[in-house]
Amino acid sequence: SSHVAGINTINNPFRLAIIGSGPAGFYTAQRVLKNCSFATVDMYEALPTPHGLVRYGVAPDHPEVKNAQNRFDEVARDPRYRFVGNVSVGTNLTINDLKAHHDAIVLSYGATEEKTLGIEFEDGTVLKNIFSAREFVGWYNGMPQYRNLMPDLTRSDTAVVIGHGNVALDIARILLMDVGALAKTDITEYALSALRNSKIRNVIVLGRRGPLQVSFTAKELREMMNLPNTKFVTEFNFVKQELETHADLISKNRSLKRLMQIIEKGFINTTTTNNQPEKTWTLKFLRSPIEFIPNNETEPSYVQGLRLNVNRLEGSFEKCVAVPTGNVEELEASLVVKSLGYRSKPLEGVPFDHKRGLIPNVNGKMLDEEGNELPGFYVSGWIKRGPSGVIAATMYDAYETAETILSDIDQKKPMIPNPGIGPKQGADAIIPLLKERGVRTVSFDDWKKVEEKENELGRQKGKPREKVVTTEQVLEILGD
Amino acid sequence: HKEIAPPKEGEGVKINIITREGDKHTIQANEGDSIMDITMAHDIDLECACEGSLACSTCHVIVDPKYYEKLDEPTDEENDMLDLAFGLTETSRLGCQIVMKPELDGITVTIPSATRNVRLEGNLLRYKNSRLFIS
Ligand SMILES: Cc1cc2nc3c(=O)[nH]c(=O)nc-3n(C[C@H](O)[C@H](O)[C@H](O)COP(=O)(O)OP(=O)(O)OC[C@H]3O[C@@H](n4cnc5c(N)ncnc54)[C@H](O)[C@@H]3O)c2cc1C
Ligand code: FES
Repeated sequence: SSHVAGINTINNPFRLAIIGSGPAGFYTAQRVLKNCSFATVDMYEALPTPHGLVRYGVAPDHPEVKNAQNRFDEVARDPRYRFVGNVSVGTNLTINDLKAHHDAIVLSYGATEEKTLGIEFEDGTVLKNIFSAREFVGWYNGMPQYRNLMPDLTRSDTAVVIGHGNVALDIARILLMDVGALAKTDITEYALSALRNSKIRNVIVLGRRGPLQVSFTAKELREMMNLPNTKFVTEFNFVKQELETHADLISKNRSLKRLMQIIEKGFINTTTTNNQPEKTWTLKFLRSPIEFIPNNETEPSYVQGLRLNVNRLEGSFEKCVAVPTGNVEELEASLVVKSLGYRSKPLEGVPFDHKRGLIPNVNGKMLDEEGNELPGFYVSGWIKRGPSGVIAATMYDAYETAETILSDIDQKKPMIPNPGIGPKQGADAIIPLLKERGVRTVSFDDWKKVEEKENELGRQKGKPREKVVTTEQVLEILGD
Repeated sequence: HKEIAPPKEGEGVKINIITREGDKHTIQANEGDSIMDITMAHDIDLECACEGSLACSTCHVIVDPKYYEKLDEPTDEENDMLDLAFGLTETSRLGCQIVMKPELDGITVTIPSATRNVRLEGNLLRYKNSRLFIS
């Protein structure tokens, strides 16, 4: 017997499970709760804390972006919403468990992995001080699994960030910005202390293609250009040539045009100023890492530099590819962060498009391998569209998914069948099941207690909050 | 959130807001109120994730071309965020930056809808071409 949404009442609600508590999960919840009076939302989150990348991705010196959390709190205050934290779907709980107790499921678990270069030593286990952006960002932002990453920022004055996206610029900025300013943010205390002792003065941000192919955006580039005491360096002849060759194209593309103007202005400022900044940031183009160079003096060995292919561009504009010229170049660096893009991983019991790295769907409705709609299954956010896009893009995307859910409810489309007797129970049935499995779930009230503690610790240090980092600490605050 | 007292009889600036659902709300607003203030006070769905600090573009609205010219020029910071707005148009602005003034009496702004835009091929194309956040 299929669950027919039409017979729902507030006593027999439409029980929606949402996996993941990032912006995608919250914006989907917001729309469904607002427009369907008989829906309930139980949101399952792997970490003991909510908000996904808003908490663990967004840079500490961008507190305005984190205001989004206040909006999510409004959703969470709805009595029909429940947060079930510290539960990893796929580990503590299966999709089948959720199917048994929910009428529909939204997958919004984001991207928990990262792309790789495919070269030796890049995972940083043999050669130390090579990290992925996810690890490095997770470290300064207090993500439990990266608490003990311990990057060494004292080995030389030069760091390399691989990648030309906003995450790469976030990392470069954190490495170069004034520590006094950082101290007033919610950056973790241990990261702040490492940055206080940092010897890094030069950050090289390199990418395989040219200035027209960068994927960072104006705000972040502007911030780099405005870093105090920091000189902007780039291969300006090449940049200029690219801008001239493609002038027509650039003039027709609003955002590209604005971005290129910031690069040009940055260069003019650099060449006309008289003061000698102590730090530099370099935007390097046409370089692809092919090898990490070890320093063989220490045990364990640390990274000492990179060997790079020098490329040239082939093909037009956006579709252009980087082709190795045959020239190889070496670059010294004692810290390397690879910011190559995030990547989603499949969840057991759910289809996955390995080529595109997302869950196949039409407007948020999940599809099976044959392209048929799967009753009661929806996707939202980075796992739906692929791991790129700001919160605003994720929001629109979540709204689209919510519209699909609401229209399926209206049209009385079949949801997840109910094989049991009596109505489904949602988290009321799942929480006891987790307890049996020895999982201590974290409720929204629990999280608010943790947050109160974070605010209090922050107040003592003049920061908006001091994040509670380990799951053990979270449970301790909750009196377990 | 900012509390708004309704303007006195015969005062105020008239604004029409078309919601994501396509409903039209006509409101007498006070001079000096932003569209963010107005939608918040009238419980109209305009997400303003960064609460007006020019850090999100979730408050994107499309302005009636007749009134677009009457607005103050957007700042660089607003343009930076507009670059990332979903379904950007020639008359797009951020709702948190539009402040009501007498010249705007009768203005209409439309809140773009995800589903409406998805069906509009042209807009979707723009969205794909706009510089999204790529890590
Ligand atoms: C470093 C970085 C900085 C960024 N900075 C900005 C910025 O300044 N401004 C901006 O607008 N956007 C920024 N973004 C983009 C923004 O964070 C994303 O658009 C948004 O977070 C995507 O939302 P999501 O819900 O799809 O994924 P996420 O935010 O990643 O949320 C997914 C959630 O699912 C949980 N989860 C994962 N697996 C499981 C599982 N098996 N079971 C249960 N839960 C699970 C995760 O723990 C996480 O909480 C940034 C992104 C990154 C990576
Ligand atoms: S509310 Fe964030 S930019 Fe307007």
